[in-house]
Amino acid sequence: MKATFPHMGNVSIIVKALFETLEVDYIIPPACSKRTLELGTKYAPELACLPLKINIGNFIESIEQGADTIVMAGGCGPCRFGYYGEVQKEILKDLGYNVEFLVLELPNGGIKEFLRRLRTLIGRKSLLQAAKAVQKATKISIALDELDKLSFQIRAREAVKGKTDWMMKKFHHQVMKVKGAKSIIKLIRETQKELEAIEIDRSVRVLKIGIVGEIYTLIEPFTNFNIEQMLGNMGIEVDRSLTLSNWIVEHMIKQALHLKKNRPYEKAAPPYMNTMIGGHAWETIGNSVLYAQQGYDGIVQLYPFTCMPEIVAQSILPTISNELDIPILTLIIDELTGEAGYKTRIEAFVDMLARRKEEKAHSNEYILSGN
Amino acid sequence: MEVRVGIPRALVYYEYYPMWKAFFEELGVRVVLSDKTTKPILNDGINCSVDEACLPVKLFHGHVVNLKDKVDYLFIPRLKSVAKGEYICPKFCGLPEMIKYSIKGLPPIIDTEVNLRKTRSQLAHAFKEVGQVFTNNRKEISKAYEKALHEHDTFIQEVRKGKYPTEIIEGQKMLRKHNGDLCIALIGHVYNIYDRHMSMDIIAKLHQEGIKVITPEFLSDDVIQHKTDLLPKKMFWTFGERLMGAVLHLLDRKDIDGIIYLMSFGCGIDALVSDLCERKVRRETNIPFSLLTLDEHSGEAGFNTRLEAFIDMIRWRKRNESNISAHG
Repeated sequence: MKATFPHMGNVSIIVKALFETLEVDYIIPPACSKRTLELGTKYAPELACLPLKINIGNFIESIEQGADTIVMAGGCGPCRFGYYGEVQKEILKDLGYNVEFLVLELPNGGIKEFLRRLRTLIGRKSLLQAAKAVQKATKISIALDELDKLSFQIRAREAVKGKTDWMMKKFHHQVMKVKGAKSIIKLIRETQKELEAIEIDRSVRVLKIGIVGEIYTLIEPFTNFNIEQMLGNMGIEVDRSLTLSNWIVEHMIKQALHLKKNRPYEKAAPPYMNTMIGGHAWETIGNSVLYAQQGYDGIVQLYPFTCMPEIVAQSILPTISNELDIPILTLIIDELTGEAGYKTRIEAFVDMLARRKEEKAHSNEYILSGN
Repeated sequence: MEVRVGIPRALVYYEYYPMWKAFFEELGVRVVLSDKTTKPILNDGINCSVDEACLPVKLFHGHVVNLKDKVDYLFIPRLKSVAKGEYICPKFCGLPEMIKYSIKGLPPIIDTEVNLRKTRSQLAHAFKEVGQVFTNNRKEISKAYEKALHEHDTFIQEVRKGKYPTEIIEGQKMLRKHNGDLCIALIGHVYNIYDRHMSMDIIAKLHQEGIKVITPEFLSDDVIQHKTDLLPKKMFWTFGERLMGAVLHLLDRKDIDGIIYLMSFGCGIDALVSDLCERKVRRETNIPFSLLTLDEHSGEAGFNTRLEAFIDMIRWRKRNESNISAHG
């Protein structure tokens, strides 16, 4: 068995650690590229959401390298992600690829079917070993998100532009070469120290932007044209409302173990939305309110074209923007999104935010003409 | 003066209107419907909703605009789930919010949540909540609730026997003059296929051609259930499940000459379900399959051409395909 999985930001690092601990033979799909997207767009249904298309591209490129088993997460609605596995299975079948899908979820068959799938994946390893591997992987995901967060802060303030980018690039290059959870953690810590050592310019007043929206487009840099880096290099500190570690801890582990969840957005969202409607719409609304309360300068909402929950959120955001006085930019991404147009919109938004902040700071100093 | 409750003539109106009407009227509340869909109603909807919304949801906005100044309350229940373990669609869950934050000057909205995902008993609770807006008399509410359920059952039974929902609700006259040569299955959400403006009156057009039409609503729940139970993973969208089950069932039948899947642009569920259906049909049978997508730019001429070409193709194939090898 050669397992593969879809790309989603740092997922490849986490799954790599997981599979190495469990001694599962794996193939990491080639990084998402134009070809990945083209393959996906060609074979997936036209109006399917972007992540499904990119997944298909990932799978085909992995199968070309010898993968025969696809491992992914699932769900039971109402967001379409829960049915991805079924649709992708049919698409690959029609293309003549003979691969097995191991969707790790609680399907009709209940826990028994889940264990069967898990057993197929982990072979003769015990469930305890599997649990330990998951624990290690979770630890890595948390460390990775801390590293990302640190890079957002440093990038906006670095004295010499491009240092953080270079450091992170080096990290992503190296992390694919080291083996095992321990050395991955070690590398993360080292990179963290290196980042902290970067000289920063304390005189700049940075703008702060919160990013909300659908989780895949938020986390996979290929789909969002590396928006964090783009904004960071414009001197903006970014905060991403959804992180992988949070998703793993809150939605997978705590859900499975029926533990109490820590979801601050649920308390912030109610005046505008007081229920789960699938996907991450509730998070989008709640986190937007939180960002406004925390004094952020602006919010960017990202989601793939036709994403159902985010469309609902999008129709509420203008009201939040008005009532809480915070500019919100919605960016919708599909296979036809061009980088230049996308960047122009972001730059215009940032210019507006900078001007707005300046006006606010000096509002008392303006003198009306003739006085 | 009696209280007026407005029900937009869109979305699940085609499925639940008899039930809601019976409930409100039993409580002495007057039910006001929006006008039948027209181009201006659709345009109003497009203007006040987010661009990304699907066509039926945009149309719903239009019907709300049409209705809002004529009524004391708007009835837009939050339909999260209408069957165990299933959902409808995220946009249905968030519909009250979408309306509230997109249209100004609305009367109060009754946005009671219906969520039968875990237990059916929540339905009685939801009706009670709606009833309490108008009266505190519990007996009256539960009487109205019983009446509503009864009306719904009668309505569904009639539909399963082969009557179109619009024939029952609106008394629409349907000329069925089939000459019996063709039978086409028309697959799609109720609000796409029964709204005469949106579907460009596709049912009447097929009838005009002398074609017998079968819609998913004509099939009994058991038939659908039997087929969807065979799916490797339960389809958690109630409407999607019905469409998928219907197509799987039709593949077994010998009397279907063609399948038309009518979907609306931007419908997330149709995007996946139509693809799954098409793959099944193409892989397992040679029944002609056509996917027609409706959007706000749909021109009737182009639509007619595709429909006519599809019918001609089926007729031509039926008449001329001899099953004799061309190689002699």
